[in-house]
Amino acid sequence: MLLQIKNLHAGINGKEILRGVNLEVNKGEVHAIMGPNGTGKSTLASVIAGREVFDVTAGEILYKGKNLEALSIEDRAREGIFLGFQYPVEIPGVSITNFLRTAVNEIRKFKGLDPLPGGDFLRLMEEKKRLVEITSNLTNRSVNEGFSGGEKKKNEIFQMAMLEPMLAILDETDSGLDIDALRIVANGVNKLRRPDNAFVVITHYQRLLDYIVPDFVHVLFEGKIVKSGSKELAIELEEKGYDWIKKEQEA
Amino acid sequence: MQTEHNEIISKARLIGLFEKNRKLLVRNDTKFLAVKRDKAFASFVELGFPDTSLESWSLTDLEECLARGYDYHLHPMKEMDIQKVFRCNIPHLDTAVIGQLNGWYVSKDVPLMKLGNGIIMGSLAEARKTYPQLIEKYYGTMADDMAEGLTALNTAFAQDGVFIYVPDHVKSPRPVQLINVIHHGENLFLQPRNLIVVGANAKLSLVHCDDSYNHQASFSNIVTEVHVGAHGVLDHYKLQNLNNESTLVSSVYFRLEEAANLESHYISLNGGMLRNNIRLLFNGPHGNANIYGIYLMDGRQHVDNQVFVDHAHPGCTSHEMFKGILDEHAHAIFNGHVLVRRDAVKTDARQTNKNILLTDTARVNSKPFLEIYNDDVKCSHGSTTGQLDTESMFYMRQRGIGEDTARMLLMFAFADEIVSKIAIPQLRQRIEDMVKKRLQGELQICEQCVLHCSSPEHPVEFQIDMSKILA
Repeated sequence: MLLQIKNLHAGINGKEILRGVNLEVNKGEVHAIMGPNGTGKSTLASVIAGREVFDVTAGEILYKGKNLEALSIEDRAREGIFLGFQYPVEIPGVSITNFLRTAVNEIRKFKGLDPLPGGDFLRLMEEKKRLVEITSNLTNRSVNEGFSGGEKKKNEIFQMAMLEPMLAILDETDSGLDIDALRIVANGVNKLRRPDNAFVVITHYQRLLDYIVPDFVHVLFEGKIVKSGSKELAIELEEKGYDWIKKEQEA
Repeated sequence: MQTEHNEIISKARLIGLFEKNRKLLVRNDTKFLAVKRDKAFASFVELGFPDTSLESWSLTDLEECLARGYDYHLHPMKEMDIQKVFRCNIPHLDTAVIGQLNGWYVSKDVPLMKLGNGIIMGSLAEARKTYPQLIEKYYGTMADDMAEGLTALNTAFAQDGVFIYVPDHVKSPRPVQLINVIHHGENLFLQPRNLIVVGANAKLSLVHCDDSYNHQASFSNIVTEVHVGAHGVLDHYKLQNLNNESTLVSSVYFRLEEAANLESHYISLNGGMLRNNIRLLFNGPHGNANIYGIYLMDGRQHVDNQVFVDHAHPGCTSHEMFKGILDEHAHAIFNGHVLVRRDAVKTDARQTNKNILLTDTARVNSKPFLEIYNDDVKCSHGSTTGQLDTESMFYMRQRGIGEDTARMLLMFAFADEIVSKIAIPQLRQRIEDMVKKRLQGELQICEQCVLHCSSPEHPVEFQIDMSKILA
């Protein structure tokens, strides 16, 4: 099992957001997490990534059988956890090339590998750019600076392709995308699917799941996973709306 | 007495020193310059050293710096090691290098050069003798001896420094690198004086470095006057990499004639107490000035940038951007004052100061200030001080970049907004390297001087290669 979340409680500034999440993800699987706004989806993603502003108050996250608790943000990333940001951060003055080369080489160092030679790195970049249909020479641009919404999301998938994570969590990667960008992003993800990695796709809408077909769909509501099922659950949700879940919970 | 040893600097001491040595100081002055000198001295007698009761000095206290013992030399020192000065030139950069050691112009044999294209460069003392009319036309016309005690003191004692003259319509084919090195076995008090004249429609790139090569204390009171003629262009770089025992008060007075263009870059990498007085006068319409600054300070270092821009004519543009990263107990001051006079319509003036504080004990006092006397202007100012952005840190670390490296990348990116404005590629590369080293705590003075240079094993022979200078 790649990821096992047991009774996870977490919050920020004393306010509890996750109230007992249980989730299991195996290699080769794609999981979708859906749910209304403000229900804890992004918090779950941040907590798995190790973001320090959130406090885990109970429960545990096991990744490759190891408790993540003591692992820093960067060590989780180096172990293969990737978070695709809902709002990718602009970092003026840091070029994408420099940023990714630093990331790739720090991960390689962690694994006891030598730095990737410059030529190999640039070839890798070109190859992965094609995967997400990036044609512009974004390599000399600063990370996300002045990018359109679609470019930022493509850039997230591009980074994911460069870093080849074991577990990719994509936090509302579809939000703000037009249909062409959505198709490109989804194609990128599909090409990166392998038997030895896994994806957790967080989305508000069913639309993305037409392109990235999940093995499992979970509904997160008020800090808990209240419903799990196959991809048909997403369609049902789309038809009935989240009110259906709310009513069921209240009942 | 021509050398005074190890005495504290006080008003009384300097008054005595001047009175005892007036004959020596004025011996090469024209009548006009001697009058200027005496007036400046009288002004110093009145003003004395600035203290914290003055508004512009309220946050920079020189008392401790002045109270250390310093030697004062009224003659060039004999044991000059000019090789040291020219160890500093920038590799792969085709420059004309001129130097000062301990405040005195140094050269192997030619104290003043006149090049085929009419450019004159060399010792100011020598230029006073050789080109008195030219000197009289510009010298002391920009520096304000009546307002600033230290400027008056410099004018009263000024003996040597650098003179550069680019005649009208001449474009200097290569950057000039002016290296001002302090290297001496005793503490020194120095007062170099520089005069830079860029003629009408002329062009010059000037890289001006202040370095120290050892850890001896020093107090430098440097005054530089810079005239840029109508439609003239000056690309100016001021690099400061002094030891922690150094005090540097650098006063640069810029005067820009009609449609003159100035790019000035203040890069402060190290120094115990750095004070930059930057005063700029638009002396004609449609001038343009960009003044950039970056300071990277730690320990108990202190940096104070005082920028005054006088929009005395219409249609001029001035943009100031100063950025700083402060670690440990460092203290930075930014005081920007833009004066837009009544007739200066269509003024475009911007001031920005941004700081990153890495510790709770580092301090910044930032005061951008606009004083505007007409309505038809575009002016803005802004100041931010904060920590490294936590969102960016999380983003980078999530990609596997370690915390220290992420911090380094962010700090470098912050500084790079200024460094990237450097127009000379080799210089930009060099400064980028130095900023990286500085941020990693690896930059040193001395052996690895600012523009570093040759290693001690491979000393650079000093030779002015005339082929590099002649047009």
